Amino acid sequence: MPSDFFIELRNVSFAYDRRLILKNINLRIPRGQLVAIMGGSGSGKTTLLRLISGQFRPQQGEVLVDGKDVAKMGHAELFAHRRRMGMLFQFGALFTDLSVFDNVAFPLREHTDLPESMIRDLVLMKLNAVGLFGTQELMPAELSGGMARRVALARAIALDPALMLYDEPFTGLDPISLGVIALLIKKLNDALGTSAIMVTHDVHKSLDIVDHVYFVANGEVIAEGTPEQVRAAASPWVQQFVRGEADGPVHFAYPANRGLTDDLGVEGGGHA
Amino acid sequence: MLDFLISPLRKLGHTSINAIWRLGYASRFLISILMYSGQSLMRFSLVIREVYFAGVLSLIIIIVSGLFVGMVLGLQGYNTLARFGSSDALGALVALSLLRELGPVLAALLFASRSGSAMTAEIGLMKTTEQLDAMSVMAVNPVARVVAPRFWAGVISMPVLAALFNVMGIFGGYLVGVVMIGLDAGTYWSQMNNAVDLHFDVVNGLIKSLVFGIAVTLIAVFEGYDATPTAAGVSSATTRTVVTSALVILALDFVLTAFMF
Ligand SMILES: Nc1ncnc2c1ncn2[C@@H]1O[C@H](COP(=O)(O)OP(=O)(O)O)[C@@H](O)[C@H]1O
Ligand SMILES: [Mg+2]
Repeated sequence: MPSDFFIELRNVSFAYDRRLILKNINLRIPRGQLVAIMGGSGSGKTTLLRLISGQFRPQQGEVLVDGKDVAKMGHAELFAHRRRMGMLFQFGALFTDLSVFDNVAFPLREHTDLPESMIRDLVLMKLNAVGLFGTQELMPAELSGGMARRVALARAIALDPALMLYDEPFTGLDPISLGVIALLIKKLNDALGTSAIMVTHDVHKSLDIVDHVYFVANGEVIAEGTPEQVRAAASPWVQQFVRGEADGPVHFAYPANRGLTDDLGVEGGGHA
Repeated sequence: MLDFLISPLRKLGHTSINAIWRLGYASRFLISILMYSGQSLMRFSLVIREVYFAGVLSLIIIIVSGLFVGMVLGLQGYNTLARFGSSDALGALVALSLLRELGPVLAALLFASRSGSAMTAEIGLMKTTEQLDAMSVMAVNPVARVVAPRFWAGVISMPVLAALFNVMGIFGGYLVGVVMIGLDAGTYWSQMNNAVDLHFDVVNGLIKSLVFGIAVTLIAVFEGYDATPTAAGVSSATTRTVVTSALVILALDFVLTAFMF
Protein backbone atom coordinates (compact mmCIF):
# COMPACT_ATOMS: atom_id res chain seq x y z
CA MET A 1 0.00 0.00 0.00
CA PRO A 2 1.51 3.32 -0.97
CA SER A 3 1.93 5.60 1.99
CA ASP A 4 0.44 9.08 2.08
CA PHE A 5 3.90 10.54 2.08
CA PHE A 6 5.66 10.84 -1.22
CA ILE A 7 8.96 11.42 0.50
CA GLU A 8 10.00 10.19 3.88
CA LEU A 9 13.42 10.54 5.50
CA ARG A 10 13.91 8.26 8.48
CA ASN A 11 16.82 8.83 10.87
CA VAL A 12 19.06 10.00 8.09
CA SER A 13 22.66 10.91 8.90
CA PHE A 14 25.22 11.99 6.36
CA ALA A 15 28.86 13.10 6.48
CA TYR A 16 31.25 14.32 3.80
CA ASP A 17 34.49 12.56 4.71
CA ARG A 18 34.30 12.83 8.48
CA ARG A 19 32.35 16.05 8.92
CA LEU A 20 28.81 15.22 9.96
CA ILE A 21 26.44 17.43 7.95
CA LEU A 22 23.05 15.87 8.70
CA LYS A 23 22.23 14.22 12.01
CA ASN A 24 19.30 11.93 12.40
CA ILE A 25 16.94 13.82 10.14
CA ASN A 26 13.27 12.88 9.97
CA LEU A 27 11.10 14.50 7.31
CA ARG A 28 7.82 13.69 5.59
CA ILE A 29 6.41 15.24 2.49
CA PRO A 30 2.78 14.45 1.68
CA ARG A 31 1.75 13.80 -1.90
CA GLY A 32 1.05 16.92 -3.92
CA GLN A 33 2.36 19.31 -1.30
CA LEU A 34 4.98 22.01 -1.56
CA VAL A 35 7.26 21.84 1.45
CA ALA A 36 10.05 24.24 2.34
CA ILE A 37 13.25 23.32 4.09
CA MET A 38 14.82 26.39 5.64
CA GLY A 39 18.18 26.91 7.16
CA GLY A 40 21.25 29.10 6.94
CA SER A 41 23.98 28.71 4.35
CA GLY A 42 26.03 25.60 4.92
CA SER A 43 23.35 23.95 7.05
CA GLY A 44 23.18 21.03 4.62
CA LYS A 45 20.10 21.90 2.57
CA THR A 46 21.66 21.17 -0.81
CA THR A 47 23.09 17.98 0.65
CA LEU A 48 19.61 16.95 1.68
CA LEU A 49 18.37 17.37 -1.90
CA ARG A 50 21.33 15.37 -3.15
CA LEU A 51 20.33 12.50 -0.90
CA ILE A 52 16.82 12.58 -2.32
CA SER A 53 18.06 12.73 -5.92
CA GLY A 54 20.42 9.85 -5.20
CA GLN A 55 23.64 11.76 -5.95
CA PHE A 56 24.86 10.79 -2.49
CA ARG A 57 23.86 7.99 -0.20
CA PRO A 58 23.37 8.50 3.54
CA GLN A 59 25.65 6.62 5.91
CA GLN A 60 22.64 5.83 8.03
CA GLY A 61 18.87 5.88 7.68
CA GLU A 62 16.38 5.58 4.85
CA VAL A 63 15.42 8.01 2.11
CA LEU A 64 12.07 6.77 0.89
CA VAL A 65 10.63 8.17 -2.33
CA ASP A 66 7.23 6.73 -3.15
CA GLY A 67 7.98 3.92 -0.72
CA LYS A 68 11.37 2.96 -2.21
CA ASP A 69 14.69 3.59 -0.49
CA VAL A 70 16.85 5.74 -2.79
CA ALA A 71 19.96 4.65 -0.92
CA LYS A 72 19.35 1.02 -1.91
CA MET A 73 18.41 1.63 -5.54
CA GLY A 74 20.38 -0.05 -8.28
CA HIS A 75 21.36 1.61 -11.51
CA ALA A 76 18.10 1.03 -13.37
CA GLU A 77 15.88 2.00 -10.45
CA LEU A 78 17.82 5.20 -9.86
CA PHE A 79 17.46 5.98 -13.54
CA ALA A 80 13.69 5.48 -13.34
CA HIS A 81 13.51 7.56 -10.15
CA ARG A 82 15.36 10.45 -11.76
CA ARG A 83 13.21 10.38 -14.87
CA ARG A 84 10.19 11.14 -12.72
CA MET A 85 12.01 13.92 -10.91
CA GLY A 86 12.82 17.50 -11.86
CA MET A 87 15.43 19.60 -10.14
CA LEU A 88 16.00 23.32 -10.28
CA PHE A 89 19.60 24.08 -9.42
CA GLN A 90 20.69 27.06 -7.38
CA PHE A 91 22.14 28.90 -10.38
CA GLY A 92 20.02 27.24 -13.04
CA ALA A 93 22.83 25.04 -14.41
CA LEU A 94 21.71 25.62 -18.00
CA PHE A 95 23.88 23.95 -20.62
CA THR A 96 25.92 26.89 -21.83
CA ASP A 97 26.65 25.36 -25.24
CA LEU A 98 22.96 24.85 -26.06
CA SER A 99 20.31 27.42 -26.94
CA VAL A 100 17.29 28.00 -24.72
CA PHE A 101 15.26 25.78 -27.03
CA ASP A 102 17.79 22.94 -26.96
CA ASN A 103 18.11 23.22 -23.18
CA VAL A 104 14.40 22.70 -22.67
CA ALA A 105 14.32 20.05 -25.39
CA PHE A 106 17.26 18.20 -23.81
CA PRO A 107 15.32 15.86 -21.47
CA LEU A 108 12.71 15.23 -24.18
CA ARG A 109 15.32 14.28 -26.75
CA GLU A 110 17.24 12.12 -24.29
CA HIS A 111 14.29 10.25 -22.89
CA THR A 112 11.60 10.11 -25.55
CA ASP A 113 11.39 9.18 -29.22
CA LEU A 114 8.99 11.99 -30.01
CA PRO A 115 9.22 13.48 -33.50
CA GLU A 116 10.89 16.85 -33.75
CA SER A 117 7.59 18.63 -34.46
CA MET A 118 6.10 17.35 -31.21
CA ILE A 119 9.25 18.26 -29.26
CA ARG A 120 8.95 21.75 -30.70
CA ASP A 121 5.38 22.09 -29.52
CA LEU A 122 6.21 20.81 -26.04
CA VAL A 123 9.23 23.09 -25.65
CA LEU A 124 7.26 26.15 -26.70
CA MET A 125 4.48 25.16 -24.31
CA LYS A 126 6.91 24.88 -21.40
CA LEU A 127 8.57 28.16 -22.30
CA ASN A 128 5.16 29.74 -22.45
CA ALA A 129 4.36 28.36 -19.01
CA VAL A 130 7.32 30.25 -17.53
CA GLY A 131 6.52 33.38 -19.54
CA LEU A 132 9.50 33.14 -21.88
CA PHE A 133 7.90 32.36 -25.22
CA GLY A 134 10.05 34.05 -27.87
CA THR A 135 13.40 33.47 -26.18
CA GLN A 136 14.00 30.04 -27.74
CA GLU A 137 16.78 31.20 -30.07
CA LEU A 138 18.81 32.89 -27.31
CA MET A 139 21.91 31.38 -25.71
CA PRO A 140 22.10 31.12 -21.90
CA ALA A 141 24.78 33.83 -21.80
CA GLU A 142 22.24 36.28 -23.23
CA LEU A 143 19.73 35.75 -20.41
CA SER A 144 19.38 37.68 -17.18
CA GLY A 145 19.64 35.74 -13.93
CA GLY A 146 15.87 35.64 -13.50
CA MET A 147 15.27 34.51 -17.07
CA ALA A 148 17.93 31.80 -16.80
CA ARG A 149 16.23 30.49 -13.66
CA ARG A 150 12.88 30.36 -15.49
CA VAL A 151 14.40 28.54 -18.47
CA ALA A 152 15.91 26.06 -16.05
CA LEU A 153 12.47 25.67 -14.51
CA ALA A 154 10.97 25.00 -17.94
CA ARG A 155 13.66 22.37 -18.53
CA ALA A 156 13.03 20.78 -15.12
CA ILE A 157 9.30 20.37 -15.84
CA ALA A 158 9.76 19.21 -19.44
CA LEU A 159 8.88 15.61 -18.61
CA ASP A 160 6.05 16.52 -16.18
CA PRO A 161 7.84 15.21 -13.09
CA ALA A 162 6.03 13.70 -10.13
CA LEU A 163 8.59 15.25 -7.81
CA MET A 164 10.24 18.65 -8.02
CA LEU A 165 13.30 19.70 -6.06
CA TYR A 166 14.09 23.40 -5.89
CA ASP A 167 17.50 24.46 -4.59
CA GLU A 168 17.30 28.06 -3.40
CA PRO A 169 15.17 29.25 -6.30
CA PHE A 170 15.19 32.83 -4.99
CA THR A 171 18.87 33.60 -4.47
CA GLY A 172 20.37 36.44 -6.44
CA LEU A 173 17.10 37.61 -7.97
CA ASP A 174 15.58 41.07 -7.95
CA PRO A 175 12.27 41.36 -6.04
CA ILE A 176 10.17 41.18 -9.21
CA SER A 177 11.86 38.09 -10.68
CA LEU A 178 11.68 36.58 -7.22
CA GLY A 179 7.94 37.14 -7.07
CA VAL A 180 7.54 35.70 -10.58
CA ILE A 181 9.48 32.55 -9.72
CA ALA A 182 7.58 32.08 -6.47
CA LEU A 183 4.27 32.41 -8.28
CA LEU A 184 5.41 29.98 -10.98
CA ILE A 185 6.49 27.39 -8.45
CA LYS A 186 3.16 27.65 -6.68
CA LYS A 187 1.19 27.52 -9.94
CA LEU A 188 3.12 24.59 -11.33
CA ASN A 189 2.68 22.68 -8.13
CA ASP A 190 -1.07 23.26 -8.12
CA ALA A 191 -1.48 22.60 -11.86
CA LEU A 192 0.64 19.46 -12.15
CA GLY A 193 -0.13 17.97 -8.74
CA THR A 194 3.59 17.55 -8.20
CA SER A 195 5.08 16.90 -4.79
CA ALA A 196 7.83 19.41 -4.24
CA ILE A 197 10.61 20.32 -1.86
CA MET A 198 11.95 23.81 -1.86
CA VAL A 199 15.18 24.50 -0.08
CA THR A 200 15.62 28.15 0.80
CA HIS A 201 16.73 30.71 3.31
CA ASP A 202 14.18 33.26 2.18
CA VAL A 203 11.57 32.97 4.92
CA HIS A 204 9.04 35.59 3.96
CA LYS A 205 8.52 34.73 0.32
CA SER A 206 8.43 31.02 1.06
CA LEU A 207 5.87 31.27 3.84
CA ASP A 208 3.46 32.76 1.28
CA ILE A 209 3.54 29.79 -1.07
CA VAL A 210 4.36 26.59 0.82
CA ASP A 211 2.14 24.11 2.67
CA HIS A 212 4.61 23.13 5.35
CA VAL A 213 8.00 24.24 6.65
CA TYR A 214 10.93 22.40 8.19
CA PHE A 215 13.74 24.33 9.86
CA VAL A 216 17.20 22.81 9.73
CA ALA A 217 20.13 24.07 11.76
CA ASN A 218 23.40 22.46 12.75
CA GLY A 219 22.35 19.34 10.85
CA GLU A 220 19.12 18.78 12.74
CA VAL A 221 15.45 19.52 12.21
CA ILE A 222 14.77 22.07 14.92
CA ALA A 223 11.21 23.07 14.16
CA GLU A 224 8.38 22.41 11.73
CA GLY A 225 4.87 23.51 11.03
CA THR A 226 2.44 25.17 8.68
CA PRO A 227 3.21 28.76 7.66
CA GLU A 228 0.63 30.01 10.21
CA GLN A 229 2.21 27.99 13.00
CA VAL A 230 5.64 29.25 12.02
CA ARG A 231 4.59 32.86 12.04
CA ALA A 232 3.07 32.40 15.48
CA ALA A 233 5.83 30.21 16.89
CA ALA A 234 7.56 31.34 20.04
CA SER A 235 10.62 29.15 19.48
CA PRO A 236 13.77 31.27 19.58
CA TRP A 237 15.20 29.22 16.70
CA VAL A 238 12.34 30.08 14.45
CA GLN A 239 12.17 33.67 15.57
CA GLN A 240 15.83 34.14 14.80
CA PHE A 241 15.11 33.01 11.23
CA VAL A 242 11.93 34.92 10.73
CA ARG A 243 13.48 38.13 12.02
CA GLY A 244 16.86 37.48 10.42
CA GLU A 245 18.95 38.04 13.52
CA ALA A 246 22.67 37.31 13.50
CA ASP A 247 22.77 36.15 17.08
CA GLY A 248 20.62 33.52 18.67
CA PRO A 249 20.50 29.80 19.13
CA VAL A 250 21.71 29.24 15.54
CA HIS A 251 25.42 29.82 15.49
CA PHE A 252 26.87 32.01 12.85
CA ALA A 253 30.44 30.81 13.29
CA TYR A 254 31.94 27.70 11.65
CA PRO A 255 32.22 24.90 14.22
CA ALA A 256 36.01 24.92 14.52
CA ASN A 257 37.87 22.56 16.83
CA ARG A 258 40.16 25.34 17.95
CA GLY A 259 39.09 28.68 19.28
CA LEU A 260 40.34 31.97 17.89
CA THR A 261 42.23 32.41 21.13
CA ASP A 262 44.29 29.29 20.41
CA ASP A 263 45.44 30.65 17.10
CA LEU A 264 46.14 34.06 18.55
CA GLY A 265 48.13 32.44 21.33
CA VAL A 266 46.06 34.03 24.07
CA GLU A 267 46.09 32.11 27.34
CA GLY A 268 43.01 31.01 29.15
CA GLY A 269 40.51 31.62 26.34
CA GLY A 270 37.49 29.33 26.18
CA HIS A 271 34.90 28.55 23.56
CA ALA A 272 32.18 31.09 23.14
CA MET B 1 62.91 16.19 16.56
CA LEU B 2 63.31 14.21 13.33
CA ASP B 3 60.65 16.38 11.83
CA PHE B 4 62.95 17.84 9.21
CA LEU B 5 63.58 14.30 7.95
CA ILE B 6 60.15 12.84 8.33
CA SER B 7 58.15 15.66 6.90
CA PRO B 8 59.68 15.64 3.38
CA LEU B 9 59.49 11.85 3.42
CA ARG B 10 55.85 12.00 4.36
CA LYS B 11 55.24 14.53 1.61
CA LEU B 12 56.96 12.29 -0.93
CA GLY B 13 54.88 9.34 0.18
CA HIS B 14 51.73 11.39 0.03
CA THR B 15 52.55 12.64 -3.47
CA SER B 16 53.35 9.15 -4.73
CA ILE B 17 50.23 7.62 -3.26
CA ASN B 18 48.21 10.43 -4.73
CA ALA B 19 49.75 9.93 -8.16
CA ILE B 20 49.11 6.20 -8.11
CA TRP B 21 45.59 6.74 -6.89
CA ARG B 22 44.91 9.17 -9.71
CA LEU B 23 46.38 6.75 -12.24
CA GLY B 24 43.99 4.09 -11.00
CA TYR B 25 41.12 6.52 -11.10
CA ALA B 26 42.04 7.53 -14.67
CA SER B 27 42.10 3.87 -15.75
CA ARG B 28 38.68 3.28 -14.26
CA PHE B 29 37.54 6.44 -16.01
CA LEU B 30 38.79 5.07 -19.34
CA ILE B 31 36.90 1.86 -18.73
CA SER B 32 33.69 3.71 -18.04
CA ILE B 33 34.22 5.87 -21.16
CA LEU B 34 34.57 2.69 -23.20
CA MET B 35 31.52 1.18 -21.53
CA TYR B 36 29.35 4.16 -22.44
CA SER B 37 30.88 4.66 -25.88
CA GLY B 38 28.27 2.52 -27.59
CA GLN B 39 25.56 5.07 -26.85
CA SER B 40 27.53 8.04 -28.09
CA LEU B 41 28.89 6.30 -31.17
CA MET B 42 25.35 5.40 -32.12
CA ARG B 43 24.44 9.06 -31.95
CA PHE B 44 27.35 9.97 -34.15
CA SER B 45 26.20 13.58 -34.59
CA LEU B 46 27.43 14.20 -31.03
CA VAL B 47 30.91 13.02 -32.02
CA ILE B 48 30.86 14.99 -35.27
CA ARG B 49 30.10 18.16 -33.35
CA GLU B 50 33.12 17.58 -31.12
CA VAL B 51 35.31 16.69 -34.10
CA TYR B 52 34.48 20.16 -35.32
CA PHE B 53 35.60 21.77 -32.05
CA ALA B 54 38.63 19.58 -31.44
CA GLY B 55 39.78 18.92 -34.98
CA VAL B 56 38.50 21.44 -37.47
CA LEU B 57 39.30 24.42 -35.28
CA SER B 58 42.87 23.11 -34.88
CA LEU B 59 43.43 23.08 -38.64
CA ILE B 60 44.99 26.54 -38.87
CA ILE B 61 47.60 25.98 -36.19
CA ILE B 62 48.43 22.53 -37.58
CA ILE B 63 48.74 23.78 -41.16
CA VAL B 64 50.87 26.79 -40.29
CA SER B 65 53.12 24.90 -37.86
CA GLY B 66 53.56 22.01 -40.28
CA LEU B 67 54.58 24.36 -43.03
CA PHE B 68 57.17 26.14 -40.89
CA VAL B 69 58.58 22.93 -39.42
CA GLY B 70 58.97 21.59 -42.97
CA MET B 71 60.69 24.79 -44.08
CA VAL B 72 63.11 24.69 -41.15
CA LEU B 73 63.80 21.02 -41.89
CA GLY B 74 64.50 22.00 -45.49
CA LEU B 75 67.00 24.65 -44.46
CA GLN B 76 68.78 22.71 -41.74
CA GLY B 77 68.69 19.48 -43.73
CA TYR B 78 70.13 21.13 -46.80
CA ASN B 79 72.95 22.77 -44.82
CA THR B 80 73.97 19.51 -43.23
CA LEU B 81 73.54 17.30 -46.28
CA ALA B 82 75.41 19.73 -48.52
CA ARG B 83 78.47 19.32 -46.28
CA PHE B 84 78.57 15.67 -47.25
CA GLY B 85 77.64 16.33 -50.83
CA SER B 86 74.38 14.51 -50.54
CA SER B 87 71.86 17.33 -50.76
CA ASP B 88 69.90 15.14 -53.18
CA ALA B 89 68.66 13.19 -50.19
CA LEU B 90 66.78 16.20 -48.80
CA GLY B 91 63.37 14.81 -49.80
CA ALA B 92 64.04 11.57 -47.96
CA LEU B 93 65.31 13.37 -44.87
CA VAL B 94 62.33 15.71 -44.66
CA ALA B 95 59.79 12.96 -45.21
CA LEU B 96 61.34 10.44 -42.83
CA SER B 97 61.83 12.91 -39.97
CA LEU B 98 58.26 14.08 -40.32
CA LEU B 99 56.55 10.74 -40.79
CA ARG B 100 58.41 8.93 -38.05
CA GLU B 101 58.85 11.58 -35.38
CA LEU B 102 58.11 15.22 -35.88
CA GLY B 103 54.66 14.87 -37.41
CA PRO B 104 53.05 12.70 -34.72
CA VAL B 105 54.90 14.33 -31.80
CA LEU B 106 54.53 17.99 -32.74
CA ALA B 107 50.96 17.60 -33.93
CA ALA B 108 50.12 15.91 -30.62
CA LEU B 109 51.82 18.67 -28.60
CA LEU B 110 49.91 21.30 -30.55
CA PHE B 111 46.69 19.34 -30.23
CA ALA B 112 47.16 19.07 -26.47
CA SER B 113 47.64 22.78 -26.04
CA ARG B 114 44.94 23.83 -28.48
CA SER B 115 42.16 21.26 -28.07
CA GLY B 116 43.12 19.32 -24.95
CA SER B 117 43.21 22.41 -22.79
CA ALA B 118 39.91 23.59 -24.26
CA MET B 119 38.29 20.23 -23.48
CA THR B 120 39.53 20.31 -19.89
CA ALA B 121 38.35 23.87 -19.39
CA GLU B 122 34.96 23.15 -20.91
CA ILE B 123 34.25 20.00 -18.92
CA GLY B 124 35.67 21.56 -15.75
CA LEU B 125 33.46 24.58 -16.16
CA MET B 126 30.42 22.39 -16.79
CA LYS B 127 31.22 20.67 -13.52
CA THR B 128 31.73 23.96 -11.68
CA THR B 129 28.41 25.35 -12.87
CA GLU B 130 26.60 22.12 -11.90
CA GLN B 131 25.79 21.30 -15.54
CA LEU B 132 27.13 17.78 -15.10
CA ASP B 133 25.09 17.37 -11.90
CA ALA B 134 22.03 18.69 -13.71
CA MET B 135 22.60 16.11 -16.41
CA SER B 136 22.89 13.15 -14.08
CA VAL B 137 19.86 14.31 -12.12
CA MET B 138 18.01 14.26 -15.46
CA ALA B 139 18.99 10.59 -15.69
CA VAL B 140 21.50 11.32 -18.44
CA ASN B 141 24.97 9.96 -17.80
CA PRO B 142 27.51 12.78 -18.27
CA VAL B 143 30.23 10.30 -19.18
CA ALA B 144 28.09 9.03 -22.05
CA ARG B 145 26.75 12.42 -23.13
CA VAL B 146 29.70 14.78 -22.54
CA VAL B 147 32.91 12.81 -22.06
CA ALA B 148 32.69 9.90 -24.52
CA PRO B 149 31.88 12.00 -27.63
CA ARG B 150 34.82 14.30 -26.87
CA PHE B 151 37.09 11.35 -26.29
CA TRP B 152 36.26 9.76 -29.63
CA ALA B 153 36.44 13.07 -31.42
CA GLY B 154 39.99 13.49 -30.12
CA VAL B 155 40.98 9.94 -31.02
CA ILE B 156 39.62 10.38 -34.56
CA SER B 157 41.04 13.87 -35.10
CA MET B 158 44.59 13.25 -33.95
CA PRO B 159 45.85 10.94 -36.76
CA VAL B 160 44.16 13.12 -39.38
CA LEU B 161 45.80 16.24 -37.97
CA ALA B 162 49.17 14.51 -37.81
CA ALA B 163 48.82 13.39 -41.43
CA LEU B 164 47.98 16.92 -42.44
CA PHE B 165 50.96 18.19 -40.48
CA ASN B 166 53.16 15.78 -42.45
CA VAL B 167 51.76 16.85 -45.78
CA MET B 168 52.30 20.51 -44.97
CA GLY B 169 55.81 19.79 -43.68
CA ILE B 170 56.79 17.93 -46.84
CA PHE B 171 55.41 20.80 -48.85
CA GLY B 172 57.40 23.26 -46.69
CA GLY B 173 60.56 21.27 -47.34
CA TYR B 174 59.76 21.37 -51.04
CA LEU B 175 59.31 25.16 -50.93
CA VAL B 176 62.71 25.66 -49.34
CA GLY B 177 64.66 22.92 -51.09
CA VAL B 178 63.25 23.13 -54.59
CA VAL B 179 61.68 26.54 -54.98
CA MET B 180 64.11 28.58 -52.86
CA ILE B 181 67.43 26.73 -53.05
CA GLY B 182 66.87 25.26 -56.47
CA LEU B 183 67.28 21.50 -56.00
CA ASP B 184 65.76 19.37 -58.72
CA ALA B 185 62.07 18.72 -58.06
CA GLY B 186 62.21 15.25 -59.59
CA THR B 187 65.06 14.25 -57.28
CA TYR B 188 63.27 15.63 -54.22
CA TRP B 189 60.19 13.50 -54.87
CA SER B 190 61.90 10.35 -56.17
CA GLN B 191 64.38 10.25 -53.28
CA MET B 192 61.42 10.54 -50.95
CA ASN B 193 59.52 7.88 -52.84
CA ASN B 194 62.42 5.44 -52.61
CA ALA B 195 63.20 6.05 -48.96
CA VAL B 196 59.72 5.92 -47.48
CA ASP B 197 58.25 2.53 -46.70
CA LEU B 198 54.47 2.44 -46.48
CA HIS B 199 54.25 0.04 -43.59
CA PHE B 200 57.43 0.89 -41.77
CA ASP B 201 57.22 4.66 -41.86
CA VAL B 202 53.69 5.74 -42.72
CA VAL B 203 51.72 3.17 -40.77
CA ASN B 204 54.00 3.30 -37.75
CA GLY B 205 53.72 7.07 -37.70
CA LEU B 206 49.96 6.81 -37.83
CA ILE B 207 49.95 4.29 -35.01
CA LYS B 208 52.01 6.71 -32.96
CA SER B 209 49.59 9.54 -33.51
CA LEU B 210 46.66 7.29 -32.69
CA VAL B 211 48.29 6.36 -29.37
CA PHE B 212 49.06 10.02 -28.66
CA GLY B 213 45.49 10.93 -29.53
CA ILE B 214 44.13 8.41 -27.03
CA ALA B 215 46.57 9.58 -24.33
CA VAL B 216 46.06 13.32 -24.80
CA THR B 217 42.29 13.14 -25.04
CA LEU B 218 42.03 10.83 -22.04
CA ILE B 219 44.19 13.22 -19.99
CA ALA B 220 42.13 16.19 -21.15
CA VAL B 221 38.70 14.75 -20.36
CA PHE B 222 39.90 13.20 -17.11
CA GLU B 223 41.43 16.41 -15.81
CA GLY B 224 38.24 18.28 -16.70
CA TYR B 225 35.98 15.72 -15.07
CA ASP B 226 38.20 15.49 -12.01
CA ALA B 227 38.78 19.25 -11.66
CA THR B 228 38.07 20.91 -8.34
CA PRO B 229 34.82 22.74 -9.10
CA THR B 230 36.14 26.27 -8.63
CA ALA B 231 37.71 28.84 -10.95
CA ALA B 232 41.15 28.08 -9.54
CA GLY B 233 40.53 24.35 -9.82
CA VAL B 234 39.62 24.56 -13.50
CA SER B 235 42.61 26.74 -14.28
CA SER B 236 45.07 24.39 -12.61
CA ALA B 237 43.41 21.39 -14.28
CA THR B 238 43.90 23.07 -17.66
CA THR B 239 47.57 23.65 -16.93
CA ARG B 240 47.94 20.04 -15.79
CA THR B 241 46.43 18.82 -19.06
CA VAL B 242 49.06 20.61 -21.13
CA VAL B 243 52.00 19.66 -18.91
CA THR B 244 51.02 16.04 -18.37
CA SER B 245 50.17 15.58 -22.04
CA ALA B 246 53.57 16.90 -23.11
CA LEU B 247 55.41 14.57 -20.76
CA VAL B 248 53.28 11.57 -21.66
CA ILE B 249 53.65 12.23 -25.41
CA LEU B 250 57.43 12.37 -25.18
CA ALA B 251 57.68 9.33 -22.93
CA LEU B 252 55.33 7.29 -25.10
CA ASP B 253 57.24 8.39 -28.17
CA PHE B 254 60.42 6.93 -26.73
CA VAL B 255 58.73 3.65 -25.89
CA LEU B 256 56.99 3.36 -29.25
CA THR B 257 60.12 4.26 -31.18
CA ALA B 258 62.10 1.64 -29.29
CA PHE B 259 59.58 -1.00 -30.30
CA MET B 260 58.97 0.13 -33.86
CA PHE B 261 62.23 1.17 -35.45
N1 LIG C 1 31.07 17.75 -2.09
C1 LIG C 1 31.35 18.16 -0.83
N2 LIG C 1 32.43 17.67 -0.17
C2 LIG C 1 32.73 18.06 1.09
N3 LIG C 1 32.01 18.95 1.80
C3 LIG C 1 30.91 19.48 1.21
C4 LIG C 1 30.53 19.13 -0.12
N4 LIG C 1 29.41 19.82 -0.45
C5 LIG C 1 29.12 20.56 0.63
N5 LIG C 1 30.00 20.37 1.63
C6 LIG C 1 29.95 20.98 2.97
O1 LIG C 1 28.76 20.56 3.58
C7 LIG C 1 28.13 21.62 4.26
C8 LIG C 1 26.70 21.73 3.80
O2 LIG C 1 26.70 22.11 2.45
P1 LIG C 1 25.37 22.39 1.64
O3 LIG C 1 24.50 21.19 1.72
O4 LIG C 1 25.75 22.85 0.30
O5 LIG C 1 24.70 23.58 2.48
P2 LIG C 1 23.56 24.60 2.05
O6 LIG C 1 23.02 24.17 0.75
O7 LIG C 1 22.59 24.53 3.17
O8 LIG C 1 24.20 25.94 1.99
C9 LIG C 1 28.94 22.87 3.98
O9 LIG C 1 29.68 23.18 5.14
C10 LIG C 1 29.86 22.49 2.86
O10 LIG C 1 31.13 23.08 3.06
MG1 LIG D 1 23.03 25.08 -1.10
